[in-house]
Amino acid sequence: MIEFFNQGGYAFFVWGAFGMTFLLLIAEILLLRQSRRTILTRVGRLARLRAQQPQPAEPASPQPEHQT
Amino acid sequence: MTINWFKYASPAAFYPIAGRLVPVFSIAALGLVLFSLYWGFFETPERLGGSNPQKEYYRIIFVHVPSAWMSMWLYLVLAAWSGIGLVFNTRLSFMMANAIAPTGAIFTFIALWTGAFWGRPSWGTYWDWDPRLTSELILFFMYIGFMALHSAIDDSRRADRAAALLAIVGLVMLPVIYWSINCPDPNNCAALHQRSSLTQIESNILTAMLTMTLGFWLYSFATAFARLQGIILTRELESAWVRDMVSGPTPAASGG
Repeated sequence: MIEFFNQGGYAFFVWGAFGMTFLLLIAEILLLRQSRRTILTRVGRLARLRAQQPQPAEPASPQPEHQT
Repeated sequence: MTINWFKYASPAAFYPIAGRLVPVFSIAALGLVLFSLYWGFFETPERLGGSNPQKEYYRIIFVHVPSAWMSMWLYLVLAAWSGIGLVFNTRLSFMMANAIAPTGAIFTFIALWTGAFWGRPSWGTYWDWDPRLTSELILFFMYIGFMALHSAIDDSRRADRAAALLAIVGLVMLPVIYWSINCPDPNNCAALHQRSSLTQIESNILTAMLTMTLGFWLYSFATAFARLQGIILTRELESAWVRDMVSGPTPAASGG
């Protein structure tokens, strides 16, 4: 076991290389998850905001009835 | 039967497809990487080469070569999507290029980092202004430049086109990296990387290296598609389909 982690005396180089590789890959996954959550929250908030307003039926056509 | 491929060129149509592909590629990538790590550390010899062999540190090859390959391949794919975007003016192509860039930059950095950790025990130095090392560093700056230019321009359509143009110009770096090895006569020109051939490599080492490459490739698919989903949502925030997707089943009741 110790022999395995020692890598023939080159532990610093071997684990330094593999460590940074998988640190970065895992960090990328975590950052992607976090940004996905942030975006979905934003989308959800925007949808709720829209739902509270009188909903325009057709997005393309301008709605003249602002005050009733 | 003909398939209308342009149907999937719409962000709204591709969003759910990307969502379904992410877990598939993630699981496959994880499996391949774990297999490669096992094979690379337990099924390979402790020495590489005949007289004056490389000792255990040669195992850095299992992350160094795959990440270096991915850094170049992803740049090629990024530039290809940029080119397709410029020719067909498809938004999804530009988004794809943007989704690939950070992953490519990470693999380029990993290639440089692991190269330094391999260079110290084998060449005696972490860094040298060798042609291949220098051109790989420039590739890293190309990725950074691509992302920086895109984020510096507020109008996303203009940012797409400007960054795409930069990506295509940067393609010139790929052949430079590829051929920046020793020429046939090392007395005329010397580079640290030597000409090598996959057929000369011991089969267990080759197995670990190639499965890691495939694993990194599938990982790139997974992260690119996951990032693509985020980019699509951010850019299409105002469009009807995003609104329907969010508030469709439960109209503005439960938030998260």
